[in-house]
Amino acid sequence: MKTWTKCVYAASVLGMFVAVGSLFAKPAHEKETGTEAKVEVEIDNFAFSPQDLTIAAGTTVEWVNRDDIPHVVVSDDRKTFKSKVLDTDEKFSYTFTKPGTYTYFCSIHPKMTGKVIVQ
Amino acid sequence: MKRHSKDELAHDHNHDGIDRRGFLKCMAWAGTGALCLMNGGVLRSASLSGRSQEAARSAADLSFVQISDSHMGFNKPANQDVVGTLKAAVEKINALPNPPEFLLHTGDISHLSKPEEFDTVEQILKSCVAKDVFYVPGEHDVINDEGAQYLERFGKGSTGAGWRSFDKKGVRFIGLVNVMNLKAGGLGSLGTEQLAWLEQELKGLSTSTPIVVYAHIPLWNIYPEWGWGTEDSAQALGYLKRFGSVTVLNGHIHQTMQKVEGQVTFHTAASTAFPQPEPGKADGPGPMKVPAEELRKLLGITDVNFVRGQQALAIVDSKLT
Repeated sequence: MKTWTKCVYAASVLGMFVAVGSLFAKPAHEKETGTEAKVEVEIDNFAFSPQDLTIAAGTTVEWVNRDDIPHVVVSDDRKTFKSKVLDTDEKFSYTFTKPGTYTYFCSIHPKMTGKVIVQ
Repeated sequence: MKRHSKDELAHDHNHDGIDRRGFLKCMAWAGTGALCLMNGGVLRSASLSGRSQEAARSAADLSFVQISDSHMGFNKPANQDVVGTLKAAVEKINALPNPPEFLLHTGDISHLSKPEEFDTVEQILKSCVAKDVFYVPGEHDVINDEGAQYLERFGKGSTGAGWRSFDKKGVRFIGLVNVMNLKAGGLGSLGTEQLAWLEQELKGLSTSTPIVVYAHIPLWNIYPEWGWGTEDSAQALGYLKRFGSVTVLNGHIHQTMQKVEGQVTFHTAASTAFPQPEPGKADGPGPMKVPAEELRKLLGITDVNFVRGQQALAIVDSKLT
């Protein structure tokens, strides 16, 4: 193989490792303070972002309403977790201790749905 | 070639008294405060000129006004004076040539279900010429407490979550509640208990009884992606099918829209608080900011007049300006 071709080959292999490696990187907004982890879900434009979230058991999810309309975060079963009505800039937190898949929605705008997968 | 006068029925394919050209003309007028009257199969129009409107109104056997979505407590840029715009709506109502006998408020009375928000609306409406107000809740009125507060204030004479039926001059009014027990990913919902009640309620009525159904979320699927529809309204509309004149009045979408399907006229009212975008014209159905001088043109009231013997009620939307 010519030297130049070798270089390109090596660079692309390295690039692949970096790309694969980034899949395992922690999301930028996750903070760790000791053993606690907190992840933020933003509510804006009638949507939860990220809509699907995967976290480790013991993580606290904090929903922040950045929309100009109030929303209410409620688990589908209406029992597991339920926020009070959140006006703009208000927050709601819930710590997920048990692994599982938790689907939720906004109880006043039910078309808004989200999912938390706890591993 | 036979020439038809502008408003004459040219093609009545469905034999329902609606001609496509006339219907489309009526749709175009709907937001401009024009009057569409149907009389013996002829869809006739009256422009906003005071005299013809007055003539139509003076012939009315029953007049009432629909207001909606006052969202008392809302204070974001789209409208930082929802008290002022609701007061302007009351002034508009009080200036109508035919004073309404009562008001229908199709929900989202409050913005956050707070007691002071409900108080303020009731206080403002006290200065309306129409002393009786019949409410149905919007999703903003039943937050946190499953509608307990709403029922305590406005539920007298109602059943279940606040549905009710009453008669005014031979017209049957039915208030439905479709904002309770909403399911994830779903639309508005009437529920089996309310549907059973509705079926029973309609049983004794003759088909010539004019019916006015009012509920917060539209009973027709305007735009499901934004929650603008009701899951089980088809069943309710099925019970209403046999009646000769049905008017469905809704709110929730903060803009006027009208549709006629056979004997049923569907109509949504503007908000008195803030406008929302047309279906699909924005990321979401949130408050739509417009230049200050444009706001009141997108808010409004709806004046409804019933003339005995005419199939459709005359529905006129007026802007707040």
